[in-house]
Amino acid sequence: MPIAREDALNWIKACVRVLAENRDYLTQLDAAIGDADHGANMDRGFKAVMNKMPEISDKDIGTIFKTVGMTLISTVGGAGGPLYGTFFLQAGMKTAGKMELNLNDWYTVLDAALSGVIMRGKAEIGDKTMVDALTPARDALKVALENHTTLADALDQSAEAARAGMEGTIPLVARKGRASYLGERSAGHQDPGATSSYLILKAAADTWSACT
Amino acid sequence: MKKLINQAENVVREELEGIAIAHPDLVKIAYDPNFVYRADAPVKGKVAVISGGGSGHEPMHGGFVGFGMLDAACPGAVFTSPTPDQMLEATKKVDGGAGVLHIVKNYTGDIMNFEMAADLARGDGIEVEAVVIDDDVAVKDSLYTAGRRGVGTTVLAEKICGAGAEQRRSLKEVADLCRKVNGWGRSMGMALTSCTVPHVGKPTFDLPEDEMEIGIGIHGEPGRVRMKVKPADEIVEMLMEPIISDIPYKAGDEVLLFVNGMGGTPPIELYIVYRKAYEIATKKGLKVVRNLIGPYITSLEMAGTSITMLKMDEDLKKLWDAPVKTPGLRWGV
Repeated sequence: MPIAREDALNWIKACVRVLAENRDYLTQLDAAIGDADHGANMDRGFKAVMNKMPEISDKDIGTIFKTVGMTLISTVGGAGGPLYGTFFLQAGMKTAGKMELNLNDWYTVLDAALSGVIMRGKAEIGDKTMVDALTPARDALKVALENHTTLADALDQSAEAARAGMEGTIPLVARKGRASYLGERSAGHQDPGATSSYLILKAAADTWSACT
Repeated sequence: MKKLINQAENVVREELEGIAIAHPDLVKIAYDPNFVYRADAPVKGKVAVISGGGSGHEPMHGGFVGFGMLDAACPGAVFTSPTPDQMLEATKKVDGGAGVLHIVKNYTGDIMNFEMAADLARGDGIEVEAVVIDDDVAVKDSLYTAGRRGVGTTVLAEKICGAGAEQRRSLKEVADLCRKVNGWGRSMGMALTSCTVPHVGKPTFDLPEDEMEIGIGIHGEPGRVRMKVKPADEIVEMLMEPIISDIPYKAGDEVLLFVNGMGGTPPIELYIVYRKAYEIATKKGLKVVRNLIGPYITSLEMAGTSITMLKMDEDLKKLWDAPVKTPGLRWGV
């Protein structure tokens, strides 16, 4: 079965849980090359999303994603707020009125969400940002589509590509965001934004493992 | 972590409550979304000047709201930029019909959140101009970084633009004034100790007892170089050289010299810094015609200082001297 409305809600709940669990880890990564607030910001934002659950529990997927986006914009702050807010707003626009998503839909969602993040943050691949995890994740979905892979396998491959992209940020010198002020000293550290992006996509793969 | 707080997550809220009780004649506070605004806002026919940024830099920005300076300030969580809904609501609240200037420090998050807010405000029919402050010479500006950070010059820009707005200059004129101040101001800072963000609970970076960080940012971002602590005079030389040579300031220029405390450095040390900075400026032939000394843009309890120099002309001197009445800066009234 495809990704249903309830599955979309469960993914968001899984994000809330995963970001709470990784709050200190993300903050630690951010302390090394940024300003030590990414974990706390994401956790605060997704906790606020949790409070919105009652009002979106019976809505279409587009409304769910749009509400998540608006909530993140008004609660996260930092660069993460506008970036993840834009990510979910764009996802919401692609899923307006939808009650379920197949692999092609999810590819369209991730492609639009990534384009939104790039438009807002003006980062390119290799700048040591979220884009370095999201781009390979999107590309892996495209390959999976062409190979007629099952949805669950495609999501796993996408999350795996995000993980590789996230780890690939370690040797990079940051060219965007606060880490860019460090120049060469930013190399050797994993990007916190790429890490939260991976966690969110991994949560999708884990939540939707029974989808086909 | 030892701090005079109750719960880490209530720090900003409780600070705002304190400001509201302390200065009801000057400012009012809006909650959810949080912003500080002039008690007499909106001032009809006057350009409104707004700034905002992460908390932890007090008195900037909330302490600079009032007559002759800011119309509103939006505090984010500690060291985290505020959100667009805060800036949007503040913009609507203080717009007196002459437009609103957003003074934005150059940090990726601040830029993106303020851009979203300006888009939304324009959608509501309010004229908004945004000027970005990027004066930190510790950061080597290049296409491959987020650019120079906004630091000490922000305080001077808020004072001068606030005075310009009181004279009923137009939005374009006040925005141009802000760009001029940013173009003529340069800063650099250093830290002797780290600082601890309340909700993190441990120091942002490790700095051994006998070392210092030259070129530190106001959020504890590492700077240019880390080295053994040196006497104050040598430290001031290391800060002044990049500042003076950047624009560069030239002999005969009149300047404002601003020695800022990062939060944990006492006035006695700031005056030692000022003494040497004045001497270096004077030796270069610069005329220090105005000054500001004290903790105005802090990094929580970090020990350290930053030096800002601003080239002055007759207009800027008049605007600097104009009356100001805010919780954090007050003269001429």
